[in-house]
Amino acid sequence: MKAIAARRHHRLAPVALLLLALLVTGGLYAALAPSAASASAPSEDDIAAGRALFQANCATCHGPSAEGREGAPSLIGVGAAAVDFQVSTGRMPMQMDGVQAQAKPPQFDAEETSQLAAYVASLGAGPAIPSAEQVDPALGDAANGGALFRTNCAMCHGAIGKGGALSEGKYAPNLGPSTPTQIYEAMQTGPQSMPVFNDANLTPEEKRDIIAFLGEQDAGSPGGTDLGAIGPVGEGIWVWVVGMGLLVACAVWIGAKSS
Amino acid sequence: MSNEQSSTDLTVSGAGTSPAAFQDPGMPPHQERMADKDPAAAKRAERQTVVLFAVSVLGTIGMLVAYFLFPSGDTVESMRTSNLLLGLGLFLSMFGIGAAAVHWAKTLMSDHEQAEARHPQKSDPETREAALAALEAGAKDSGIGRRGLLKGAVVSAVALAPLTFAVPLVGQVGGDWNVSNFRHTLWERGRRLVRDPSGDPIRAADVTIGSAYHVIPDGLREGEHASHWIEEKAKAVVLMVRMDPRDLTEAEDRRDWSYEGIVAYSKICTHVGCPVALYERQTHHLLCPCHQSTFDMADGAKVVFGPAKRPLPQLPITVDDEGYLVAQSDFTEPIGPSYWERLK
Repeated sequence: MKAIAARRHHRLAPVALLLLALLVTGGLYAALAPSAASASAPSEDDIAAGRALFQANCATCHGPSAEGREGAPSLIGVGAAAVDFQVSTGRMPMQMDGVQAQAKPPQFDAEETSQLAAYVASLGAGPAIPSAEQVDPALGDAANGGALFRTNCAMCHGAIGKGGALSEGKYAPNLGPSTPTQIYEAMQTGPQSMPVFNDANLTPEEKRDIIAFLGEQDAGSPGGTDLGAIGPVGEGIWVWVVGMGLLVACAVWIGAKSS
Repeated sequence: MSNEQSSTDLTVSGAGTSPAAFQDPGMPPHQERMADKDPAAAKRAERQTVVLFAVSVLGTIGMLVAYFLFPSGDTVESMRTSNLLLGLGLFLSMFGIGAAAVHWAKTLMSDHEQAEARHPQKSDPETREAALAALEAGAKDSGIGRRGLLKGAVVSAVALAPLTFAVPLVGQVGGDWNVSNFRHTLWERGRRLVRDPSGDPIRAADVTIGSAYHVIPDGLREGEHASHWIEEKAKAVVLMVRMDPRDLTEAEDRRDWSYEGIVAYSKICTHVGCPVALYERQTHHLLCPCHQSTFDMADGAKVVFGPAKRPLPQLPITVDDEGYLVAQSDFTEPIGPSYWERLK
């Protein structure tokens, strides 16, 4: 102890202190932080807590034992992935009735979401929440993902996943703000209007390729602004209004008499 | 000024209040510009022009600097920066010169109005007569009126010569005029339904309710059609979905065309042939993105909205011994939009 005290003015002392502080913080975080979407078999406590949350927040529409009612589907067998998607994107609990549940800031934190997911998963077997490795964009092949995206997803979500309109006010949302886990869960469970893409349709590797392709779109457009990336309509309006407007303004200026 | 003709043209007959002929109003009164009256304003205009030229010079320098300092590298960010800076520099460089030239001309160059009268385009009678006489003399000299054989020869030669480029031009339009190609696709009895683009066959048991599969025929890129497989694909693409069999409404003669709630329809819109694939799982509606034609996949792909006239053609499917989905036959009607010979 005395040896350490004697060296407290050493010029490397702050460095050592900083390293120590970082180690302690990191260690404490690793020990205390809730592990992401604790996929490893949920405890009885989690399920009980999830049941309580369900009774308080979801049972009004989905029924006291999640059997479903008029306008609200049965949740037996939808799996943890469906719950994690719907609750972590804020779509459930639904704010208001409409053609489509809207994404909004989530109402439950990660722990409550995993408890709800554990409860619903305990009602019947369904797709589980994917592991971190299954949704890691770095492990996917973005080129193959692009080909799969154009075949299976682009007609609704647009060529680079910025969303698009469906019928009667429904729409395919922008995938930019979605996390890789949410994208995987959406493919696996087919929320609302979206069809299901199970592992026979798009294998787990193919789903990861699609996630890698969408991750590449975060870098933005190499040509500057992407004008919403909604295709020729947005670009056409820009050219006709701004481009032609500037040309007309120049023509008026050239033709006007100087004062 | 020869405005006699135009003034007679403008005469309005029968209108009591109008004058018999409009007079040329001439030039509006000349207005002096600030730059002409005030030397300070002229100096200011000159400075503004210089500034615009300077903007152009700066734009040119900026573009060159950007070209060397911000090359478009491997990352999207570097490409975006490079494109943005190059474009801005180019714009300033060009627009500065243009704007300066216009400003210069409008404020500093001479400012007196000029009028140039419009002349009739018709030549005077002597010239016209001389031209006609020359033509007649030429025709008489050639003897074309007398020598009938020569006349026929020159007409034939001139009339046939355009074929030298007309025939290859028509030939370029496309050699295949066999419209019955549209009536048949690669689908045939026993051909497996496979996933697009991987080509993996689909087991009926793997298709969960609510699934949508984008399907192409097995062996698309093999055999005699390998060279034009992409055209065969364009005709044969199919969207296959599975729904609760209780949701399905089927015509009597098509009861065995589906397999336990799995139905397959041509993906080519019957309106103008866009690929229809916006499937809404909950309503079973299929929306075409081009003109919003909407088809009900649960009810024979009938049109429920939009300009399409006919339901999408259905592909009769079943399963083979190994449980994989196969076609029962080709489509029973031509796929895609209408054409003249469609029902012949």
